Amino acid sequence: MDSVAALDPVMLARLQFAFTISFHIIFPSFTIGLSAYIATLGVMWLATGQERYRRIAQFWTKIFAVSFGMGVVSGIVLSYEFGTNWSRFSVVAGNIVGPLAGYEVLSAFFLEASFLAIMLFGGNRVPRWLHALSAVIVAIGTALSAFWILSANSWMHTPAGHEMRDGVAFPLDWFAIVFNPSFLYRLAHMLNASYLTAGFVVLAVGARYLVANRHDEEARTMLRMALGLLIILAPLQLFLGDQHGLNTLKHQPIKIAAMEAHWDGKEPGDFHIFAWPDEKAEQNRFAISIPRGASLILTHDPNGLFPGLKSVPPQDRPPVKSVFFAFRVMLGIGFFMIGAALFGGLLWWRGTLFRTRWYLWVMSHSWWIGFVAVLAGWIVTESGRQPWIVQGILRTADATSPVLGGALATTLVLFVLVYGVVFSFGIFYINRLINKGPQGSAIEPPKSLGGTLASAGDATREAVAKG
Amino acid sequence: MIEPHLPLIWAGIIGTAVALYVVLDGFDLGIGVLFPFAKDDNERSQMMASIAPFWDGNETWLVMGGVGLLVAFPPAYAVIMPAFYLPVIVMVLALVFRGVAFEFREVGGHKTLWSIAFAAGSTVAGFCQGVILGALIQGIRVERGAFAGGPFDWATPFALVCGLGVVAGYALLGATWLVMKTEGPVAERARAHARLLLVVVLVFMAVVSIWTPLSIPRIFERWFSLPNFFYLSPVPLLTALTAYVGWRALEKNRDTAPFVASIGLFLLGYAGLAISCFPYLVPPSLTIWQTAAAPASQAFMLIGTAILLPLILAYTAYVYWVFRGKVKPGGSYH
Ligand code: HDD
Ligand code: HEM
Ligand code: HEM
Repeated sequence: MDSVAALDPVMLARLQFAFTISFHIIFPSFTIGLSAYIATLGVMWLATGQERYRRIAQFWTKIFAVSFGMGVVSGIVLSYEFGTNWSRFSVVAGNIVGPLAGYEVLSAFFLEASFLAIMLFGGNRVPRWLHALSAVIVAIGTALSAFWILSANSWMHTPAGHEMRDGVAFPLDWFAIVFNPSFLYRLAHMLNASYLTAGFVVLAVGARYLVANRHDEEARTMLRMALGLLIILAPLQLFLGDQHGLNTLKHQPIKIAAMEAHWDGKEPGDFHIFAWPDEKAEQNRFAISIPRGASLILTHDPNGLFPGLKSVPPQDRPPVKSVFFAFRVMLGIGFFMIGAALFGGLLWWRGTLFRTRWYLWVMSHSWWIGFVAVLAGWIVTESGRQPWIVQGILRTADATSPVLGGALATTLVLFVLVYGVVFSFGIFYINRLINKGPQGSAIEPPKSLGGTLASAGDATREAVAKG
Repeated sequence: MIEPHLPLIWAGIIGTAVALYVVLDGFDLGIGVLFPFAKDDNERSQMMASIAPFWDGNETWLVMGGVGLLVAFPPAYAVIMPAFYLPVIVMVLALVFRGVAFEFREVGGHKTLWSIAFAAGSTVAGFCQGVILGALIQGIRVERGAFAGGPFDWATPFALVCGLGVVAGYALLGATWLVMKTEGPVAERARAHARLLLVVVLVFMAVVSIWTPLSIPRIFERWFSLPNFFYLSPVPLLTALTAYVGWRALEKNRDTAPFVASIGLFLLGYAGLAISCFPYLVPPSLTIWQTAAAPASQAFMLIGTAILLPLILAYTAYVYWVFRGKVKPGGSYH
């Protein structure tokens, strides 16, 4: 155990936090988008009375319930990890981050949890409109949750509205804190990322059914609804990301330098399609670049200058490789999404969408791209902030708890094991639900929606027998 | 001005959140503790169905307790979490298992596996909570505002006894919940369990109540000095009375009264602990005043709490009302 106890606690705490939060964000990015989709379906069912909307909503609600459950439990872990892993951070930033997290709990978490119960189990116990409204409230709850936690996170990137006294941040102006300079950009970009992520999952499932010639009616509806959304949101994400980046250049120029692997600020920046940033030699190897591309994007002038990595000493630079490559993964997926959505729109317009099998086949295998882009985006953002945990105020290395390396290593292994098991089963079950498809729920009594309590279950069976 | 009273108000709010958590999540964790004693999978499904709409909301009070501590007393949060690093992490991992079991057990098959995960997760989570509570009462080693002990400081006999006591208490809450919310053999068995558990819980309460003052002089002082003794003696008396009422209600086949009585027992025990520890948040060194967040932070959050907490209580009550009534045998997902 000696060697384990000697492990660097800062490194272990970071690894553990990165692992658990990356695991967590997979679920919010899906549930924020999916809840909005289910709410839309519920409202459309109310408005049009068409049964297929209800069937599709019920189908996705089951998948939603499984994902939401995993999101909740992995989130609870995080709310305690602020203290277990980053107790110095809690002291230094607690006055600011605490209330923002507190508002998240009070305004979002309770709302989500309570109306989720009605959404999942209340189908036969509350009026139709209230059941649909519950789905809308859950969707609003998830977005509210994103609002507050992203505000807290953005404050860590671009702190504002506070003053430092004896090394502790004290609030001066709550409006300036909540709406700190990077917040609205991050909120818009992240919410849109969630809607994109869920949109591509719905698109993929619809395409999968069409390829397999199953659930034709539902699949077409899913495809149309998803594409209609993605055609607008995918290009929008490019615009939001660009604005976000320009804003970051103002506040965290070194993060931008790492994203572009731009070393020397005295020269205009190239856009590297590929490169291998060599941090020791302070230059790029094997670069394939668009000359002055980065300058053009960031300053709207091919000769424009922006700070390079060499403008700060090495210990103040973020890890260049992870920021640089993660950024390229996100961009790549972003452009793929735009292409996929617009091409699908073209097929739709020409009336061949449901027959173009190769397109459907590719889409049916693209369900995961949103998740990867979200993770990549967060790695850009968070690694790019290093070595700071709160930009300019507290270094990550100074933020840790007095917990020994051995304890951290043990629990890190536990987290990997537990999350590995839970995640594998979760994916397996979700895949099984998708294989079963929406019709199952139309023939059998709806299990997840109605069948919890005996009376509710009986009522459903009666209703189904009559109907 | 309200400012000087903010730490006290916040201690009250967090105390209330934790009490709500213990009672609410207590009964659904208790269902997990009782899971192994059910006859078959159908019974277990019926037990689970009785709490499925509530557990997520109940567990949110735990988040509220943790985040509330970060909001109102960041330095205390920064001491308590590292001090109880292992039990806290094991607790949240246990909650992961039992939380996903609700959905996985329903949609996925592998019923036995997720029943075990649910039972073990619930029991371990309750045990860790008891251990944390016990170790907190005994005190944390603090130097210059930071935790200064070792990773196993919490592992004392007293804390372990508290862990077992909380598991028994949750099981009692769970059993009386089943008496109230289910019908058929599950309810019958729960009634028998509840009687047994009532006795076990009383024994634990007695042991802890004697052990604490004897081993911790400051707590002895609090309870047995005059005139405190006269003011505080109703607490044990009320406890005995509540236990008696609960016992009679079980014997008379009442449905709701046993649950109410076990909540009463919990709240009384909780009040006793609060009396023992006040005004320390981190006994024996940090008080609620020493660890209070910036007044501006406490005030900002208090405004939100004053508006949102009544709303939360209202819609929580509504959810309990929507899902009122008993769950029949076979009334489950499958
Ligand atoms: C962009 C959105 C977003 C981000 C960045 C985070 N979360 Fe999250 N979280 C949610 C969006 C969300 C959600 C949509 O509200 C969840 C997710 C899955 C879910 O199903 O609800 C949720 C659940 C959730 C829960 C359980 C709530 C409950 O009991 O119902 C907790 C305690 C946290 N989160 C805490 C955190 C912490 C401490 C984070 C950062 C360090 C964090 N989340 C990042
Ligand atoms: C939800 C999406 C998020 C993801 C995927 C994510 C990812 C990451 C990753 C990968 C790291 C490690 C960076 C490194 O060490 O190089 C990190 C660090 C960190 N992030 Fe985030 N993050 C997210 C959101 C947040 C939010 C909302 C907060 C706070 C409100 C936050 C607070 C932190 C803290 C405290 C660290 C520790 C510093 C460190 O490990 O370097 N993160 N995050
Ligand atoms: C298509 C072009 C895109 C551009 C130009 C772009 C740009 C950016 C930039 C500059 C950042 C870093 C912000 C900072 O911390 O300073 C970022 C972060 C992020 N990106 Fe993108 N992005 C694009 C596409 C996408 C896509 C398709 C997704 C997901 C579906 C996505 C998800 C994220 C996430 C989750 C973050 C981290 C949170 C944040 O800081 O907003 N991005 N993006």
